[in-house]
Amino acid sequence: MDQNDFAFFTELLRRRSGLLLTQQKTHLVESRLAPVMRRFGFKDSAALMRELRHGHEALAAAVTEAMTTNDSAFFRDRRTFEEFRDIVLPELLINRAASKRLRIWCAACAAGQEPYSIAMMLDDGKLLAQGWTIDLLATDLNSQMIARAEEGVYSQFEVQRGLPIRRLVRNFTQEGSNWRISESLRRMVTFRTFNLLDSFGWLAEMDVVFCRNVLMYFDQKTRISVIDRVADIIAPDGALLVGPAESILGLTIAFAQTEHAPGLYYRAKPMSPQMRHAVG
Amino acid sequence: MKHCLVVDDSRVIRKVACRILADLAFETEEAADGAAALQACRLRMPDVILLDWHMPNMDGIEFLRALRAGRDGSRPMVVFCTTENDVAHITEALGAGADEYIMKPFDRSIIEAKFAEVGLV
Repeated sequence: MDQNDFAFFTELLRRRSGLLLTQQKTHLVESRLAPVMRRFGFKDSAALMRELRHGHEALAAAVTEAMTTNDSAFFRDRRTFEEFRDIVLPELLINRAASKRLRIWCAACAAGQEPYSIAMMLDDGKLLAQGWTIDLLATDLNSQMIARAEEGVYSQFEVQRGLPIRRLVRNFTQEGSNWRISESLRRMVTFRTFNLLDSFGWLAEMDVVFCRNVLMYFDQKTRISVIDRVADIIAPDGALLVGPAESILGLTIAFAQTEHAPGLYYRAKPMSPQMRHAVG
Repeated sequence: MKHCLVVDDSRVIRKVACRILADLAFETEEAADGAAALQACRLRMPDVILLDWHMPNMDGIEFLRALRAGRDGSRPMVVFCTTENDVAHITEALGAGADEYIMKPFDRSIIEAKFAEVGLV
């Protein structure tokens, strides 16, 4: 791929998804685009780029999806799930005892391992049996990943990364060499294709937002925009969980980090007029 | 350094597993069947055992039952590692006292994840 095509493609990708590409990623681009070229019948990347320059929407959507990173695992970064179970959830169960309703959003769910891991944890607490309503929404830019997540079928390799064997036996049924999530867990999650660059206006107020391993692929401006918009839709006592390599310190004043739980953020307390005056 | 006994009748599997485990900072020892593994445990009880199912002399499930019937009070972690990948075998292994279960083929990420499950990584 020549430099002009690469520059055009990186701008297209940044505009459509916020994803950042550096010149070192040329080989990654070519390997990720190879299946798209086969699918749409292009003989080389130059022909693909020519067509993209003509504004071919389906093709632009396909190349954008092809460039997303979808690697995930059940209970990935175990500590995050422990923080959710031990810190976030007990507090919310007290705060929401009257409404008995929890709203949780996984903002970049890939093939569904993260929301299903959360569903398993909530199922451990028998919340549904106790009359709780759980709105567990999972979104991703990649529609193929959303289709996979809705299907809830995982390879033997995928179920062995992060999923304890007892959970596998309890929550999945075997289908040949694959494993299907139980219907009760599948029904706990609503999946939807969604681009984090788009408006969050359709979202209800969320109690917990998992926004993990996605901010790191964005430029600073996009990170700030996403975090500020998460702040707009999160409940005043809601929690934001980001990936272990994704500190948002310095990007926003809307969230404050939790001591001893570096990936867990709560809405920062609004500053009083006196404080504002002191700071200003 | 934690001590892992790798029990498998395949020399190649033992070698691959030992290399991964050494990389994860385990001291490794090998046994080619259940009988040899029991003997190794009598001499020095490991912290964890990576255990194949089908082996000559004494298979993995027989070995596990004999190990768990031992009265010396030691209870090493046992992670099955086998081509038997159906629920019936998994349930039988857990019932016999296995702590985790790897369905072959495996790679480093799976061994690391499963050993993390039993608190050894």
